[in-house]
Amino acid sequence: MNATAGAISLTSRFTTGLLNRPVWFLSLVLLLCFWVAAWAGAVPVTTNDWLLLWRHDEPLTSGAYVLWNLRLPRMFFAALVGAVLGLSGALTQGLFRNPLADPGLLGVTSGAACAAALTIVVLAGSGIDIPVAWRFWVLPVAAFAGAVGVCLLLDTVARWLTADSIAGLLLTGIALNALAAAIIGLCTYLATDEQLRSLTFWTLGSLAGGSWPLVATLSLLLVAAIWYVRRLVSAMNALALGEAAAAHVGINVRHLRRRVIILVALLCGFSVAWCGVIGFIGLVAPHIVRLVVGPDQRRLAPLAMLVGAIILLVADTTARSVAIPAEIPVGIFTALLGAPFFLVLLTSVRKGS
Amino acid sequence: MSRVNILLSDLQTKPARRQFLLQASALAASVCLPQLAWAADKKSARRIVSIGGALTEIVYALGASHELAGVDTTSLYPEAATKLPSVGYARTLSSEGILALAPNHVIATEDAGPPAVLRQINAAGVPVTVLAANDKFEGVLDRVARLGALIDRPTQAAQLVEKMKADWQRAREPILARKSPAPRVLFILSHSPGQVMVGGKGSSAEAMLHYVGAQNAVQGFDGFKPLTPEAVIAAQPDVVLFTDQGLNIVGGIDGVLRLPGVAQTPAGQKRRVASLEAMFMLGFGPRMPQAVTALDNALLKVMST
Repeated sequence: MNATAGAISLTSRFTTGLLNRPVWFLSLVLLLCFWVAAWAGAVPVTTNDWLLLWRHDEPLTSGAYVLWNLRLPRMFFAALVGAVLGLSGALTQGLFRNPLADPGLLGVTSGAACAAALTIVVLAGSGIDIPVAWRFWVLPVAAFAGAVGVCLLLDTVARWLTADSIAGLLLTGIALNALAAAIIGLCTYLATDEQLRSLTFWTLGSLAGGSWPLVATLSLLLVAAIWYVRRLVSAMNALALGEAAAAHVGINVRHLRRRVIILVALLCGFSVAWCGVIGFIGLVAPHIVRLVVGPDQRRLAPLAMLVGAIILLVADTTARSVAIPAEIPVGIFTALLGAPFFLVLLTSVRKGS
Repeated sequence: MSRVNILLSDLQTKPARRQFLLQASALAASVCLPQLAWAADKKSARRIVSIGGALTEIVYALGASHELAGVDTTSLYPEAATKLPSVGYARTLSSEGILALAPNHVIATEDAGPPAVLRQINAAGVPVTVLAANDKFEGVLDRVARLGALIDRPTQAAQLVEKMKADWQRAREPILARKSPAPRVLFILSHSPGQVMVGGKGSSAEAMLHYVGAQNAVQGFDGFKPLTPEAVIAAQPDVVLFTDQGLNIVGGIDGVLRLPGVAQTPAGQKRRVASLEAMFMLGFGPRMPQAVTALDNALLKVMST
């Protein structure tokens, strides 16, 4: 008995000592992935091209052009979106206290897709003439509004129907998701060939649209979110004990729930609006972290971000460089690379314990 | 290369090493040079990336095939086009992949995308021209003329248009002269056994059916919609028309008869199933007059049984 207690305290001291190790390790892996991603791609890039980026007096070579305008922003965009999805996944699973939850359950994805489908089919079909300068913005803005709108609607409806129960939120989420899927299905049925094309572009999920302004916006959003999450994580840990227990230690579960939902809606809504539906990362990145460091949100949230960033960066780099000059949808590789890794980790951790 | 470099520096004196480095950098520079070209000079040999099977066919018909640097996955005719670098599926293009082919022009159908990628290619100094089309013969002629002007082959384009018009005349004459009642044809498109679509009003298949003097058996909806057994029976088609690929997927004529509803139609009872290669029948390219004749013959053949 005594020996066990001693072992536990020793282990906990040991892990406290190692607290920062996974962060450093994963950061290093991420940097390595950046390095590989910067060199991989259809257009060969030389060291000279890199040097040219710092010299504004000389005209850009094709390699430098691709590097600066296409490859670098896309890499950063992939890592940021991955981080956003990982963080949202960690928060959603913490909120639902359910390891099978992912941000999609809050209606982010289906809300965005639903708004996009309605915009493409109904708005375009209604014959309203949209100024050319706006056309580029209409779809992402609508998708973002749809994502945030459905999340907030879900929270309100669930609260109204099932009081403050989190299980009620889960079930309402499933119902609202089904409703959104039905609307998308209806739009798909009504769509003309051309509208169907726009709709598939949107749902395929691609990081090809990554650009510096997007990278800047998403980084700001993510930094603000991290700052905000730091104040939420302890409360999330308390929530892991159950809603009643959390309330007993002085956590306002209603407020916490609202905040998490708004945070996930804004983060995921933004990334979904610009790169379509990219599944799997929000679900698996927090799982991978939890298998290694346990369920403490203080460590889970930042590590899930790193793991998410690594998975999506590797997946996107593979997607754009295995079939040169063609490109394979990134969603295939998030699962193709992530799932086996997850299974291996699962067996090794189970054997270890 | 760096390993070779180290070995040499170990074995040889300094001047030799310097010379080696000079040669190596010259080699590297010569490898780099061709790619510098894409945005800079448009006078040198034209390099076209064609996205869309019909456009690729037109480029070949205009005798400009040697200018093609890449094509998409729908460019299946002529056979030689499939040997060119493939930029993948038209709706999931890669900007870097296309730029790596160092094109100085990208021609595309309205299928091409995602839009962000087309914008990026344009921004890199490679003009992207989208040549939209409709399902009309005049539209095909117009496309040939526009593409001809675009790749500096207006005379060849004019000749091709004249030839196509003459072929068209020849293909349509017997159809227009015919007095027999128009057969009711049901066009079925299937990408997988479980996914069977029917061509309704305004679909590309209906356009072809009208050109051969046949009637589209389905009138209730626009475009391609999933097949419903009752609608098939209500349509009472005399013939069921497939693409070769689609017929293969559903499992030949016997597979067609097993599709829900088909056995209860005149077409099913008399085993009247016709099929043509997809890009030939619905490509709306330079082979359209021949496609009309082939479709007409195929329908006549099954109707005579």
